[in-house]
Amino acid sequence: MSEKLATREAYGLALAEFGAKYSNLVVLDADLAAATKTGTFKKAFPDRFFDCGIAEGNMIGVAAGLASTGLIPFASSFAMFAAGRAFEQIRNSVGYPHLNVKIGATHAGISVGEDGATHQCNEDIALMRTIPGMVVINPADAVEARAAVEAAILHNGPCYLRFGRYAVPTFNDKETYKFELGKGVKLRDGADVTIVASGLTVSIAMEAADLLSSKGISARVINIHTIKPLDEEIILEAAKETGAILVAEEHSIIGGLGSAVCEAVCEKCPVPVVRFGMNDEFGRSGSAAKLLEMYGFTAENFAKLAEKAISLKK
Amino acid sequence: MDKKALAKIALDIRKNAVSAVHAAKSGHPGGSLGIADILAYLYFEEMNIDPKNPTWEDRDRFVLSKGHTCPAYYAALAAKGYFDKELLLTFRKPDSILQGHPDMKHIPGVDMSTGSLGQGISAACGMALSAKLRGKNYRVYSILGDGESEEGQVWEAAMCAAHYGLSNLCIFVDFNGLQIDGPVAEVMNPAPFDEKFRAFGWNVVVIDGHNFDEISSACESAKKSDKPTAVICKTVKGKGVSFMENNVAWHGSAPNDEQFATAMADLEKIGAEIDA
Repeated sequence: MSEKLATREAYGLALAEFGAKYSNLVVLDADLAAATKTGTFKKAFPDRFFDCGIAEGNMIGVAAGLASTGLIPFASSFAMFAAGRAFEQIRNSVGYPHLNVKIGATHAGISVGEDGATHQCNEDIALMRTIPGMVVINPADAVEARAAVEAAILHNGPCYLRFGRYAVPTFNDKETYKFELGKGVKLRDGADVTIVASGLTVSIAMEAADLLSSKGISARVINIHTIKPLDEEIILEAAKETGAILVAEEHSIIGGLGSAVCEAVCEKCPVPVVRFGMNDEFGRSGSAAKLLEMYGFTAENFAKLAEKAISLKK
Repeated sequence: MDKKALAKIALDIRKNAVSAVHAAKSGHPGGSLGIADILAYLYFEEMNIDPKNPTWEDRDRFVLSKGHTCPAYYAALAAKGYFDKELLLTFRKPDSILQGHPDMKHIPGVDMSTGSLGQGISAACGMALSAKLRGKNYRVYSILGDGESEEGQVWEAAMCAAHYGLSNLCIFVDFNGLQIDGPVAEVMNPAPFDEKFRAFGWNVVVIDGHNFDEISSACESAKKSDKPTAVICKTVKGKGVSFMENNVAWHGSAPNDEQFATAMADLEKIGAEIDA
């Protein structure tokens, strides 16, 4: 693994990079350009950047209007205020008319850190994936985040992209990486259990697989960067071939990737699924590193939970 | 187009809107009757549009922010030739393109899906902003409800339009003074509109929303201004149907057969007066 970079940094850089390639790309923010990193785009293309002020509902509506004329707007804020506060605007002004609006939501999950529970959105994936036609992407590292931005530009329809504040290891190779919308990535093969991860849990899951391997347990690791549409094929294949699944995500265990995997597995190939994420509770203030450790985002914990999934096999 | 011809079109919109609501046994006749004159003027006099090419890139845009009054909107679009008038009688039926609130994906001529109040005006801002960015000359029109203006998003959009100098945006505020729970002044008073929009940095014109001369001069004022324009329209909810006028009971309920017959007779009488 090479150095660490937050996916929000990669998001800002990607917007500025693709702004040159796609002239109909425009960016909106709600007074958080310095934090969401859309400021990087603003610097490169000031005429195509629109600050909407602290008014997220209006920002989403403006984005819908811009999209209706053929532009490709990326509307950014923290996940809490994009998916949370503006949920109904996204649902009715973007989702229902299936407009080509991209929502670039940063500061998702508890790795927001010190700002605490009011700013740590653990519900956004649950909210966004219930909207018909919405694509939900949660990239795992900087390389994947950059590629996801271009995939979203090339996809005609609403997309929700989730980025983190916290620097995470870059494990994909920029030169060779190919992003396929809606396709999971099998990062490591294994026969005893599958760890399905997304976003910052992916690199932790890889470490957990190493720990399991040292105990003689063969763990498969799948990176789900596109939570909707879910790659059911790769999930069901894992269910069939490994017989037990741990889903690890930086989101509430209610309604996120864990739920999406359970929905697919329950109906089509029932095997035990252990969900790991934020339990039904709010986060708290603290450094991201400390919080991740406190809430169990560690290789040791993932390995333990993977073993629990194995123990549930009939 | 002369005022008599416009009056006939507005009457046609009223008749067809009430007929659609009657056929659906559901819908919003009061507000629909109130905005018929504004719609007639916009669609038959003001807007640069082509019903044969509803997605023409340089067309003027229209957003019905108060989406529930779509019976009149659909009637105006049908009158203009965007689709067959027969379709109006399928309003609110499951297999109809004419959904209970405007659906841009399926209805020719609808520029934005609306219905959830306070959202259309933001989309209108986005359309106007796009024209400014791309050097396009089209203009954007919208009708906003007085009750709708209780939504905070309306004022977020008002700030945004002035901030970005959206002089190509013209909003008609349908000030009929009534909302579902009663008079707006009693439910949650959004007035005064003129002072509020002026304070937000808009060009403001106050008119009688049933007077074509005044609607016309408001549109001219909007074109001359370097600010977005709010046209505060004093209107009568239920205009043209005696028992619906200024009666909040007709905000969102359909007339029965007998009431429908009375309504049509009222409107026929207006037709005879126009011809006289």
